[in-house]
Amino acid sequence: MTALAALIRRDIRIALRVGGGALIGVLFFLSVVMLMPFAVGPDLALLARLGPAILWLGALLASLLTLDRLFMADHEDGSLDLIVMSRTPLELACAAKALAHWLAAGLPLIIATPILGLLLNLDAAPTSAVALTLLAGTPALTFTGMIGAALAVTLRRGGLLLAVLVLPLSIPVLIFGVAASQAAITEPTSFGAPISILCALSLVSLVVGPFAAAASLRHGLD
Amino acid sequence: MRLLGREISCVRGGREVFSGLDFEVAQGEALAVIGPNGSGKTSLLRLVAGLLAPFGGSIALEGGDADLTLPEQSHYLGHRDALKTALSVSENLCFWRDFLGGARLDPAEMLAKVGLDHAAHSPASFLSAGQRRRLSIARLLTVQRPVWLLDEPTNALDSAGQSLFTTVMADHLARGGLIIAATHIPLGVAARQLRIGDAA
Repeated sequence: MTALAALIRRDIRIALRVGGGALIGVLFFLSVVMLMPFAVGPDLALLARLGPAILWLGALLASLLTLDRLFMADHEDGSLDLIVMSRTPLELACAAKALAHWLAAGLPLIIATPILGLLLNLDAAPTSAVALTLLAGTPALTFTGMIGAALAVTLRRGGLLLAVLVLPLSIPVLIFGVAASQAAITEPTSFGAPISILCALSLVSLVVGPFAAAASLRHGLD
Repeated sequence: MRLLGREISCVRGGREVFSGLDFEVAQGEALAVIGPNGSGKTSLLRLVAGLLAPFGGSIALEGGDADLTLPEQSHYLGHRDALKTALSVSENLCFWRDFLGGARLDPAEMLAKVGLDHAAHSPASFLSAGQRRRLSIARLLTVQRPVWLLDEPTNALDSAGQSLFTTVMADHLARGGLIIAATHIPLGVAARQLRIGDAA
């Protein structure tokens, strides 16, 4: 337990320091969402309708942006060898790393959502609905993305491969994330089904992700 | 405690690196693996560390902790120093102390022993290659493991560092540890030699 806590603490600390991933993700999210009103034009009704989808796409891309370093940084400096050799099961170590990544890079996106909602002409209620669906859905993005990060670990420029591998897997999360947000805004009665499926997706990836990532790390070592 | 390797063969990228390799290291003994570049010294260490799967043969630790695997009882000191440049020297060491677990000593004391106590709070990115090596040696000292797998351990160390490391290895052997080291230069402690990759 101390081992996992130490790993989570270390990863969060690195992410929050200069050059870490936490701030980069939020800034990217901010830029993507900022650009949308300029591209779509000053149609406020249209912006409000597209808002949840734009926020979800921005969060998806921002979480992908920093995910490729999840294992690659440890592989490059040799830490991964020691993590694989250690007494902590690799599956748990993977889960701890993903949790740390979500805390450092995923949670700030959710906190930034209400502010970005203003740019998309979303009121307080719709933005909090989007933030809630992001809270339920982003763990799924991180934990499935971790599988791609583990597969791409030995490749020099694995970032692009990661996107190709992970984006198809994140389609269900995107569909139900946006569906839940839209439901919360237009007809709150039908909010239950999509948000339940979103939570289910997160729970499944929470279980499957660490095992798949650990297996591909073991195979990828050389 | 005895580390036994029998009939080990290693294949990397479709090419046989070595085959039919036998070795034996007893408690308090060091084994120096020597051979030309590309003969498979690093591969052998990574096989023992469980980071590579052997193509054939077996490696076993007799008389160790029965609940733990061989990699879990080993320290691996590779070419890369497993340091995070964003963290300070003592943060790096304290992380490995907490993560690796088992019997542990005071990190600050070990930093002083390897001559890095003055740099404990500076970022690891400011360390020179030799200082990074010293920090890795502090990791071996802080977390106690019976088996040390060392890959060119004295690379980048100055002469004071080399003699320090000789003392460290001698202490480890005296406490009943065992060492396998891939090296080009004499280890400085009494060691049996395992020659691989030569025609002889």
